[in-house]
Amino acid sequence: MIPAAFDYEVAESTDHAIALLGAREDAKLLAGGHSLLPAMKLRLSRPACLIDVGRITDLSYVLEEADSIAIGALTRHKDVTAAALLREHCPIVSHAAGQVGDPQVRHRGTIGGSLAHGDPASDLPAVILALHGELVARGPAGDRAIPAREFFTGVFQTALAPEEVLVEIRVPKLGPSTGWSYTKMSRRAQDWATVAVAAVVERSNGSIERASVALANMGATPIQATATEKAIAEGGSIDDASALAAEGTEPPSDHAASADFRAHLARVLTKRALEEAATR
Amino acid sequence: MRHVALMANGVRHELEVEPRELLVYVLRERLGLTGTNVGCDTSSCGACTVLVNGEAVKSCTMLGVQADGTEITTIEGLATNGELHAVQQAFHDHHALQCGYCTPGMVLAAVSLIDSGAATDEAAIREGLEGNLCRCTGYHNIVAAVADVAGVA
Repeated sequence: MIPAAFDYEVAESTDHAIALLGAREDAKLLAGGHSLLPAMKLRLSRPACLIDVGRITDLSYVLEEADSIAIGALTRHKDVTAAALLREHCPIVSHAAGQVGDPQVRHRGTIGGSLAHGDPASDLPAVILALHGELVARGPAGDRAIPAREFFTGVFQTALAPEEVLVEIRVPKLGPSTGWSYTKMSRRAQDWATVAVAAVVERSNGSIERASVALANMGATPIQATATEKAIAEGGSIDDASALAAEGTEPPSDHAASADFRAHLARVLTKRALEEAATR
Repeated sequence: MRHVALMANGVRHELEVEPRELLVYVLRERLGLTGTNVGCDTSSCGACTVLVNGEAVKSCTMLGVQADGTEITTIEGLATNGELHAVQQAFHDHHALQCGYCTPGMVLAAVSLIDSGAATDEAAIREGLEGNLCRCTGYHNIVAAVADVAGVA
């Protein structure tokens, strides 16, 4: 399968990419290409122009800030997985990046590309949402930070404006009382999650005091399991709270699973994720 | 058309490619390196795996223009002076192929896995080869061959 014909531009810098986005009609950014190119080969996506940002070297980094870790948008999954700063301060991100696709995909795919693609079945959007991370967009007017809960707006839709480039992802440093889990179910090796659950919890005296729980592939965007979070905050047990995980969701039915089965998975995986997070 | 300069198996090539030409077709049809197979053509099966700057990549999911300035190794470039690469030899010794269609990609994925230091035990090898499918289901001998080379057999 060959993509439909398109023009190809190489961005020499982020500013150059922003200028090209403004100058070209129907342009899309190409980073690692591991979401975009398969869609283009199937002709589900036919942009008139690809702007290759893959040669911009200064957007590949993992840096420590006062209370957060900053990840350059073009950092490849392989490098996010291996990043010592993330393994120490926010291991759910490095763990989840290691669950994306397969080694070949992780060699090319980038964290920013995965987030900007806005696929509700992807691993990293749910994780960044559960962490209440921030996504930094750069456009003609400068930088703006978008909270993760405002970033994902629909299937393959994000809050990025047409001339904006996602440049950085910021996640909090997790303290010793914070537990985490990324629990994913997929039927086949290297497949997307049928459902996945990212949980970040605050522990106190051996029990969970607060939980942030985000679900992948349970709707048009990654979505927070707010009923579960509320039940935990009110002192409910993991069993009772996880039974509410599918409340308010509208999961899809497709070849991998029915909506009912996804709702079941959301409850089971949330229970497992909270149990794991309580001890990790 | 875009000008692309790349190294393939140690040989420098300069060519004009259409932006939509996938790397696998640049390798097969422009450079004649037909050892790289097209399998599923959806970045699932791994038959088209080659090394780009030493790392395994599915060449059906990379544009030829993205390969500008890179060094590529295909199955044709692994043997040196008529001597098989250790992974090729191990596939031979362990009968790690049946129909052979997945073999070039499987061998290069294994080389990348071993070089990255991730082939630490049988489970890690099985996990590390999850991007390569063998429809003859000959995984047992493939894993044995990789474990042999990685020194974890």
